[in-house]
Amino acid sequence: MTPLEIDTGTTAWLLASAALVLLMTPGLAFFYGGMVRAKSVLNMMMMSFGALASITVVWVLWGYSTAFGDDIGYGLLGNPVQYLGLKDLMGATTQVSFDDQTGTYPVMAFVAFQAVFAIITVALISGAIADRTKFGVWMAFTVIWGTLVYFPIAHWVFDFSSGEHVGGWIANNLKAIDFAGGTAVHINAGAAGLALAIVLGKRLGWKRDPMRPHNLTLVMLGAGLLWFGWFGFNAGSAIAAGTTAATVWVNTMVATGAASLGWLIIERIRDGHATSLGAASGVVAGLVAITPSCSSVSPVGAIIVGVLAGVICALAVGLKYRLGFDDSLDVVGVHLFGGLWGTLAVGFLATAAAPAGVDGLFYGGGVDQLWRQAVGAFAVLAYSLILSLIIGFVLHKTVGFRVSEEDERTGVDEIEHAETGYDLGTFAGARGLSYGGSAPSQVESDTKNGQEVTA
Amino acid sequence: MKLVTAIIKPHMLDEVKTALESFGVEGMTVSEASGFGRQRGHTEVYRGAEYTVDLVPKVRLEVLVDDDDAKDIIDVLVKSARTGRIGDGKVWSVPVDEIVRVRTGERGLDAL
Repeated sequence: MTPLEIDTGTTAWLLASAALVLLMTPGLAFFYGGMVRAKSVLNMMMMSFGALASITVVWVLWGYSTAFGDDIGYGLLGNPVQYLGLKDLMGATTQVSFDDQTGTYPVMAFVAFQAVFAIITVALISGAIADRTKFGVWMAFTVIWGTLVYFPIAHWVFDFSSGEHVGGWIANNLKAIDFAGGTAVHINAGAAGLALAIVLGKRLGWKRDPMRPHNLTLVMLGAGLLWFGWFGFNAGSAIAAGTTAATVWVNTMVATGAASLGWLIIERIRDGHATSLGAASGVVAGLVAITPSCSSVSPVGAIIVGVLAGVICALAVGLKYRLGFDDSLDVVGVHLFGGLWGTLAVGFLATAAAPAGVDGLFYGGGVDQLWRQAVGAFAVLAYSLILSLIIGFVLHKTVGFRVSEEDERTGVDEIEHAETGYDLGTFAGARGLSYGGSAPSQVESDTKNGQEVTA
Repeated sequence: MKLVTAIIKPHMLDEVKTALESFGVEGMTVSEASGFGRQRGHTEVYRGAEYTVDLVPKVRLEVLVDDDDAKDIIDVLVKSARTGRIGDGKVWSVPVDEIVRVRTGERGLDAL
């Protein structure tokens, strides 16, 4: 018998984590879908499913290589043709160090894990442009934005140098700590959301018409799926199923609960009621903030990160009304602010006792880690904001990013997808036929042949 | 013959239905409705943004009755639908020219 060459525990955990993170995108579709009006729920969910469709393909073709190929200069970009189409990776293995051990796992497991990060990041942006987006142009945006913004930033943040391989500048030169993507995922998506909200403009009737969430039960289902999947996101980022993954898991759990509490307390004091939307939003705010910091804070530190995330984001979602941009579902308020807080929190609350082994300002480490965190956060913010403004603006001026006024009034579901999310009327429900409409054409042709038609 | 229409609070429907059945009413039509009266609407807050909701959910209940029973049935409706708080709704009746039972073709009081 030969000993195992592959560390099966690590490989199994990484593959399972990748599947957990994939589930976050359908979860996000529910979270966002419930928050829009009934007439645009499908378009909202389709923007997430569209990202699932396009980014999986692009990731395999050139995305992985652009993010994780050998650096082509200054830690800015991976070599896009090195692993084009994932060539040469099918039998490849790599190593992870953990708990004074080394584990070997297949590169393909890492390809899978990072693919679902790219997908969720792109999907997150869609919350800023609810109710008014052309689906085809959104699909083009996913490919262009993924290529020009996400893949390079993933290289900066997630691609660590090892052996002969040279990675990105934030991870290796700046040495900012972003364990699972506070910068690359959340600040990045939040800044892009802000850019698109500005490019597309406000929805018709914004601040005048009621734009209430049409189904808060979907929102809570989505928040639950996001929380579940996020254990893959954060604890999976440890790669190995060891002590780091376990600590990160606990930090992720407790920060999220604390953030939900924080949001609810703010609401109870300010608005008089603790709402279900507040609980769900607090969950997401906490998950966002603990994402960069989960490996560097203690569990008690995670509680502080979480509570403050809930408070900061609950207050930040009101900014759009003062500043006058229609970030419909608060991608900026939750992901940009939550991501900034979580990333900077590492500089304040990191403790050498945690897996990352660095002391922050409050633990006697001075400002050394804090400035690294700030530079990383604002570099990603600036790059994403500027590039997203340019990409959005070019698409908007050439093919038009937004549906016509009349179509927006009718509802994007009907215009863009020729579907409606709900058919709850008793007339249509009873027989499966549209009241006052016609049977499907297939059935009509059967009728002509003299066959009996049953619904 | 009269058509008695009642707009009531949705949660009072069961009570009203039971009261009408005990009185001897054998059929009714119930539909969901929304509107406002003196109760006006209410406010809802989503992520700190306050929305005023003007139209409050109500139930519309309709009964066709003999002229002689109309006054009593209205009394039964009002009594069973009342909570004493604002928003209890309204009951009214209008004269009806003709009623036909679709299945048999019976007309007038026979169709009730």
